[in-house]
Amino acid sequence: MLSVRDLCVSFRTEQGVLRAIDHVSFDVEAGEILGVVGESGSGKTVSLLAVMGLINDPNATVTGSIRFKGRELVGLKPSDLRKLRGRDMAMIFQDPMTALTPVYTIGTQIAEQITTHQNISKRAALDRAVQLLAEVNIPKPEEAISRYPHQLSGGMRQRAVIAMALSNNPSLLIADEPTTALDVTVQAQILDLVRKLQREHKSSVVFITHDMGVIAEIADHVMVMYAGRIAERANKAEIFRRPLHPYTRALLDSIPPLRGPRPPRLRAIPGAPPSLLHRTEACAFAPRCAKKIEICSLKPALRGTEHEVACHVVNHG
Amino acid sequence: MLWAILQRLWQMAFVMIGISVLVFAIFFATPGADPAARIAGRNASPEILEAVRKSFGFDQPFYVQYLLMMKRIFITGDLTSFVNRGWKVVPAVVDTIPVTLSLVTGAAVLWVIFSIIIGTVAAANRGKWADKLLMILGLIGISMPVYWLGDVMNLITQSRYKDTWLFSWVPPLGYQNFSDSPKGWFLSLVIPWITLAILYIGLYGRVLRANLIEAMQEDYVRTARAKGLSESRILLKHALRTSMISFVTLFGLDFGALVGGSALLTEVVFDLHGVGKLTYDALKNLDLPIIMTTVLYASFFVVAANALVDIAYVFLDPRVRQS
Repeated sequence: MLSVRDLCVSFRTEQGVLRAIDHVSFDVEAGEILGVVGESGSGKTVSLLAVMGLINDPNATVTGSIRFKGRELVGLKPSDLRKLRGRDMAMIFQDPMTALTPVYTIGTQIAEQITTHQNISKRAALDRAVQLLAEVNIPKPEEAISRYPHQLSGGMRQRAVIAMALSNNPSLLIADEPTTALDVTVQAQILDLVRKLQREHKSSVVFITHDMGVIAEIADHVMVMYAGRIAERANKAEIFRRPLHPYTRALLDSIPPLRGPRPPRLRAIPGAPPSLLHRTEACAFAPRCAKKIEICSLKPALRGTEHEVACHVVNHG
Repeated sequence: MLWAILQRLWQMAFVMIGISVLVFAIFFATPGADPAARIAGRNASPEILEAVRKSFGFDQPFYVQYLLMMKRIFITGDLTSFVNRGWKVVPAVVDTIPVTLSLVTGAAVLWVIFSIIIGTVAAANRGKWADKLLMILGLIGISMPVYWLGDVMNLITQSRYKDTWLFSWVPPLGYQNFSDSPKGWFLSLVIPWITLAILYIGLYGRVLRANLIEAMQEDYVRTARAKGLSESRILLKHALRTSMISFVTLFGLDFGALVGGSALLTEVVFDLHGVGKLTYDALKNLDLPIIMTTVLYASFFVVAANALVDIAYVFLDPRVRQS
């Protein structure tokens, strides 16, 4: 469905070229939910913004190949890409408080997306908006369409944003930390909703998060990113049962255990992610890695079939 | 929504009463000065001073003086100047209002239309030559003092090129009543309108461009892009629509101030006898009743313009509607 090969995204900055995404390849199959995990700056958002063609910084260069339903997106005319955006692929963002234009009603904004891509009347689009709002469990959808964003709570706004993203039945939905800005009970509701809608609309979903708990809840496959590269990739059960990459393990260690004695302190990963400005040939995680060996001064390749990992320590011993 | 508007109008009335008390107090209750002497003007004879004292009730308590003054301005309208003896103040001010309103409203129409075009075109072409050219032109427009620009305009249209086909349509300086001749009214104001508007076109164009560029960085614009909307639709329907809120604020302040007399320089250069010109002449003669009336008028206009802006908000910004 979506097939990304050797994706590189670089930004020209005053200090030099910053390579935010470094040769990333991944696939999303029809109907699956791919969880993308990583800390801030690991490139998880940028790589999927590139898929959407939403990197419009004049200093950015995107290379590699992004094939969506057999069509090459890198180098596609902006007007053709625009026709795909919001119709075949949709994206929802982290902060529902600022994601909607404050001066238009929810209904207007949903109808706008529908009429942009489908040749139907405003009236029909608004009727469709009511249906969509009902589908995302917004109470009294007939009234909700004439509400303004500031009149809804964060959870309701995020539901409206999801309804809008789904308005043209996209085959790919990219969700960029859609639950991060919400409180925990609302988070769980939104996750359930995404699962339910994914099943009903038979869409593929790429779910970006930094929260392993959310991944455990929703993903089929998991891709762990670090410093603009893929560190590990496997199905969810594998990742949680048998994490191979030291970074994945460290991420899992930083979740408080639900059973057993309470640990005195959660283990944090020492150090900070490397600067992407001065990439070296070494493994990007090596400076923070407890298991580092000599060969870690070379860039590890992503190896394996079902369970892929980019780590010399794992591959060599 | 209606309630919000009524509330705003009531607030406006309250502020206006407050201003009238304040202005009256400044002119008539300043300690150490005899208001009668000031109203009577320079070198007034004792008889005139006595007449002033009687006619303004200076032997009575302050609130009586205030009410008497308000009555003479707003109800009977028989306040007279003592510098130009017997000259009725209220009709003099009322006569100048259409001149100033014509001047400022026409210029405002020009500056709103052109600054929106310039700001939007510049923001859409950010960093390209069109943007740079428009912003430089804007800066030049802001930098030219209106009295100088007005004189240059007059030099071109009234003397140097007066007899060429280009400017032969320009009537001589001065205002023509709309009711006498709509065409004459329009022609006599075209050059003053352009002159007054140029500063504001530059200013508003630059401000709008900055607002638009800021708005284009907002999250909701990213959402709009993710929806697959075209860049022009995003710019016009989302960014420009949201930027209009601060544009209208600025407009209300400037429009109110200009109608209140700040268009003085333009009025003087083009020999338009508007409120600014009247105030200016009254200040030269220290004609207190005129100054008092025009100051009141000006402050009322600023307050009214602001109230109108707030009412416009109710339509522009849904977030204002409930509170």
